[in-house]
Amino acid sequence: MPDKRDVTLAVNGKTYAVSIEPRRSLANVLRDDCGLTGTHLGCEHGVCGACTVLVNDKPVRSCLMFGVQAEGKTVRTVEGLADGETLHPLQQAFWENHGLQCGFCTPGFLMLAAGALQENPDMSDDDIKDVLSSNLCRCTGYQNIVKAVRLAAREMRARARA
Amino acid sequence: MKAAAFDYLRPAGLGEALALLATHKDDCKILAGGQSLVPAMNFRLARPAILIDINDLDELDYLRADADQLKIGALTRHAAFHRPVVEGPLGTLLAKVVRHIAHYPIRQRGTFAGSLSHADPASEWCLVATTLRAEMVAKSARGERVIAASDFFHGTFTTALEPDEILAEIRLPLMTPDWRVGFYEFSRRAGDFALGMAVAATRVEDGTIREARLAVGGVADRAIRLGLLEDQLVGKPASLAIIDAIAREARGMIEPNGDIHASPEYRRDLIAASVKRALTEALA
Repeated sequence: MPDKRDVTLAVNGKTYAVSIEPRRSLANVLRDDCGLTGTHLGCEHGVCGACTVLVNDKPVRSCLMFGVQAEGKTVRTVEGLADGETLHPLQQAFWENHGLQCGFCTPGFLMLAAGALQENPDMSDDDIKDVLSSNLCRCTGYQNIVKAVRLAAREMRARARA
Repeated sequence: MKAAAFDYLRPAGLGEALALLATHKDDCKILAGGQSLVPAMNFRLARPAILIDINDLDELDYLRADADQLKIGALTRHAAFHRPVVEGPLGTLLAKVVRHIAHYPIRQRGTFAGSLSHADPASEWCLVATTLRAEMVAKSARGERVIAASDFFHGTFTTALEPDEILAEIRLPLMTPDWRVGFYEFSRRAGDFALGMAVAATRVEDGTIREARLAVGGVADRAIRLGLLEDQLVGKPASLAIIDAIAREARGMIEPNGDIHASPEYRRDLIAASVKRALTEALA
């Protein structure tokens, strides 16, 4: 029997006690052990960005971290973005600006943008494009994702001032 | 695409980590950022029996500048360099270069020391360490030794580190404000591996080049310092003519390998273009 570890994870403000093999990626642990299937797995080697989540507020590839490594850290996934029934400004902007089509890459893009905007709420268009270059989308052609992030950032700044 | 089973060890201090390395040597790998190691494990190109996760070793997460060196601890992430970490040309150069290392989320996890230990031929930090003649501090249960950059890189994914050693600290020489720095990298898409890149640094007095550093990366099994060309730059007037001459020379000094990404001929052209652009920036 593979050696399993008992690990407690803090995800979206909730505590999950899981028993996992060290070799399991954080993405797999989130999906299979925590039941949080909003985080998607694309390439499983750090290229596509679909599995991006926030660990201690930083966007990271959850396929390139092992679940056991997340013990003692705070994890935020796409399930933790909306406030109840109210969409996060990023989610709202993706919806309104056709920033998604099939939706597979969307959780990764949302968490990537959420983390980057947390670090720098005033990203220039060049900064936004540079950050978004890390994730792949095969539907939208990216322009609407850039636009959605730009408009969401504006909305988030306005709310922060209010 | 799942890693093979391994035993996971998470030491709480450097002493404990070094003891584990001394015990397990070749059977273990150090896990820091994991942004190169974990993909290799997911592909099962790497199957270490044991992972020693050093992410709890806060004592290795530091950036310190003393009178003439910047000291970078083993757990310093790439993202720490997004803004200049020291005043002057060195901080500027590091902030310029870091933007070319993979992508934003990768830079949140990956470490400076991890890049050097991994020794990818297309690594930007390996190029910087080579250009600036960094010193590497390797620690093991046996003690500590300092390795010059020129002795550290042995080839693709190969360094002077022994199986029981950890690259604990990198020391980069600080540059006085009269140094100017330049960096140019060509890759097909943002964040891709470099097909060719160059770092240049010069100190110019009254229009004459007094000191020069020049190296290229991504075109051989390791970064290559162009010492001969550094010597040729010294004493010359800072001019477009010297930039062109040096770029031409650099083109003929390296025999790059061809692969699916670029032919040797194309890479030689990239060397000339990269050297020219890096030098132009450093002599502006």
